Amino acid sequence: MSDHILEMHSITKTFPGVKALQDVNLNVKRGEIHAICGENGAGKSTLMKVLSGVYPHGTYDGEIRFDGEKVEFSSINDSEEKGIVIIHQELALVPYLSVAENIFLGNERARHGLVDWNRANSEAAVLLARVGLDENPTTPIGQLGVGKQQLVEIAKALSKKVKLLILDEPTAALNDSDSEHLLNLLRHLQGQGITSIMISHKLNEIADIANSTTIIRDGKTIETLDMVEDKVTQDRIIKGMVGRDLEHRYPEHVSHIGEEVFRVEDWHVEHPTQPGRVVVDGASFNVRAGEIVGIAGLMGAGRTELAMSVFGRSYGRNVTGKVFLHGKEIKTRSVSEAIDHGLAYATEDRKTYGLNLIEDIRRNISSAALGKLSKAGWVNGNEEIKVAEEYRRSMNIKSPTVMALTGKLSGGNQQKVVLSKWIYTDPEVLILDEPTRGIDVGAKYEIYTIINKLADAGKAVVVISSELPELLGICDRIYTLAFGRITGVQERAVATPESLMELMTKEKETVR
Amino acid sequence: MTAVEGLRDIFTKNLRTSGIYIAFVAIIVLFAILTDGVLLAPGNITNIVLQYSYILILAIGMVIVIIGGHIDLSVGSVVALTGAVSAILVIKNGQPWWVGILAALVVGLLVGAWQGFWVAYVGIPAFIVTLAGMLLFRGLTYEVLNNISLSPFPASYQKVAGGFINGLLGGDGYDAFTLIIAAIAIVGYAYSAWRSRMGRVRYQQSVEALPLFILKIVAIAVVVMAFAWQLAHSRGLPIVLIILAVLILAYNTVTTRTVFGRHVYAIGGNLNAAQLSGVKVKQVNFWIFVNMGFLAGVAGAIYSSRSNGAQPGAGNMFELDAIAACFIGGASTTGGVGRVTGAMVGGLIMAVMSNGMQLMGVPQSTQQIVKGLVLLLAVAFDIYNKRRAGAAR
Repeated sequence: MSDHILEMHSITKTFPGVKALQDVNLNVKRGEIHAICGENGAGKSTLMKVLSGVYPHGTYDGEIRFDGEKVEFSSINDSEEKGIVIIHQELALVPYLSVAENIFLGNERARHGLVDWNRANSEAAVLLARVGLDENPTTPIGQLGVGKQQLVEIAKALSKKVKLLILDEPTAALNDSDSEHLLNLLRHLQGQGITSIMISHKLNEIADIANSTTIIRDGKTIETLDMVEDKVTQDRIIKGMVGRDLEHRYPEHVSHIGEEVFRVEDWHVEHPTQPGRVVVDGASFNVRAGEIVGIAGLMGAGRTELAMSVFGRSYGRNVTGKVFLHGKEIKTRSVSEAIDHGLAYATEDRKTYGLNLIEDIRRNISSAALGKLSKAGWVNGNEEIKVAEEYRRSMNIKSPTVMALTGKLSGGNQQKVVLSKWIYTDPEVLILDEPTRGIDVGAKYEIYTIINKLADAGKAVVVISSELPELLGICDRIYTLAFGRITGVQERAVATPESLMELMTKEKETVR
Repeated sequence: MTAVEGLRDIFTKNLRTSGIYIAFVAIIVLFAILTDGVLLAPGNITNIVLQYSYILILAIGMVIVIIGGHIDLSVGSVVALTGAVSAILVIKNGQPWWVGILAALVVGLLVGAWQGFWVAYVGIPAFIVTLAGMLLFRGLTYEVLNNISLSPFPASYQKVAGGFINGLLGGDGYDAFTLIIAAIAIVGYAYSAWRSRMGRVRYQQSVEALPLFILKIVAIAVVVMAFAWQLAHSRGLPIVLIILAVLILAYNTVTTRTVFGRHVYAIGGNLNAAQLSGVKVKQVNFWIFVNMGFLAGVAGAIYSSRSNGAQPGAGNMFELDAIAACFIGGASTTGGVGRVTGAMVGGLIMAVMSNGMQLMGVPQSTQQIVKGLVLLLAVAFDIYNKRRAGAAR
């Protein structure tokens, strides 16, 4: 028996006009955790779609051998039957159905067309125990957090007698402790003989968990690294992904810090639908001109809630507290008022809150500052195109024209459109919520450079991020938020991931 | 850009928008043949304009509602109510014609404000608010009219929808005034097209090749003059056509060139993103419905004038014709996409089909079946096109 559970041999997949995959080889050993890395658009997802039968046999060239035999899948059902299950980045769960119903969706525990609920729920409970999730199988899935939903997806895969589990960016939306739990689970499943393929941008996780790593670049396999034998470091992976040595993942930057620009005092926010539940509790922070200030916090700490409530009460109820700009108190009761005062907030969720995806680059860039382009309510369409073109060039948005729909752009380019839109409003204070989420390494570097330029132009910049290395790499000062309270602030020179994490997990009682 | 490239551009890249024009021409040709040319006869063209003007006016408001991500099911009832109020004032109380018209418009605005309040400020989906409105305003119409029809209007009132401007400048068998107005309109169009072309040149954007630009203007000029020629041979320039033309021009500009128009597209495209970009969503939604009410008032006045009276059952199913016009004209069911011009062509496609089938003596039942299928196919074609465009990337 071959010691490879999966062998994909010289896979080539062509779309009209584009060669998405070219002679890609992927060999996965039985029982290992195999990571796949590559920049966005490198072809990782396409390869997985070929493997799982989303692109049926015949639409690609090459050979796939699974478990020693040649396979030709014509749909995702075929591959699942063989024990290959793919869990997509966007979870495919129905929020109003229960955990058990979701686990057995399309695969119901039924007799003569009637669902056997006792059997379904008890089997679900067994599966939940296997993934270490302590939840009632009858709980509606919408009531669980993203981390737990991810575990339900894995339980669902286990119910299908999975042999090869494929995870596409499994921890992208998870906080550190949920990620940790998920990775431990993968190790645990590995012990039970389940092979996993993990696509991830989080290199520290790959270095931590993977046995081997295949790097794909521009639709070609670059190399497969044995993580232990080759003593692979994160920098080594990055080198393979970008094809050059990234000496520094964060651009060199010396801040020129001026007077205080923005200050929030004693900010207090309650949950919008659960009165009395305090989400942000007496938070105060300030930013000076030319300074990049980070806000670190675990998921649920209230980072986004703090930012959105300051930005025109876009979140929460019973919002109290004071906002100062250049030492003078200002009101930010509506988004337009906040924008008028020179505030900008780039959301963590580009697709839902940041962009009009069915509109082009031009109109997205102008959408928050139409006043600058119009006289008495009339928009100057030519000026608008000119402005958009300027941003397309200066921000290096990769698109032939500004008339391209933003929905068709990659994550990095979408983020550049969002940033352009807010920079065009000429803000004094920019709050950037997870500015590099879901963006590949090359584009991240570009975004950091843009952030530095904004600071150099004297703007006050606030960066909210889940990635501590990122905050430590670009911020001058980092606030930590835990359970809605600011638990500390550290200068970059003294902050370490450990010191920040300690503050981020500080319980309410121990504060002050 | 060369002329050939420009032409290819029109037919390939813009198939989604140009497809509807091609379909429109095809339908006209088809029915012109089927009716032995009667469809394009002077008298019939005038008829089409008079008969469908109020649907087109409703469709202007409706397409804005739909772009904003809403729907309005109440416009048929509002047409009836506004017409009824006008009839009470003019026929029963002997007020002059303009008082009736004004009252219809005011009632339309009030209805719009009422529905806008519930949609924008209370946050009830427009489907529900206007479904309620459909019943509410129909009921009010019965109340206002005391359950009976009122007619006839004095001649001055009838002139609004049935009147023609002709004979002002004489003409031998045709109305010179109509032709002159059409010529002025063409010159105006050519001038504004030239100005916007110059604007683009000044901003160093690509423009279509000059021969193609001229060809386009000439083609439009020929169509408009042929249309005017036919009108001039009949009864002259209908007043309704002038009202309609002004409304189309005005609203096309509002949707494409004003901040308000942009905000409507932004809300329909992504409500959350619009909100976080500082768009005053509630205000915009409110005014979308006030505007719809106003246009329903205009349509109500015209309809009452044309039907020479007010009936409790007037305007029944108008909302569906107006909605169909928008979707045939390329508006998206999920909002954020649509054009006033598209909705007008969509409405005219329905108008030409109905009229053509009536001329052919096709029974009412068959007409309904055909119209239903056309709506279905138009949207199916639209979805097919979008999918193909998506797959190509």
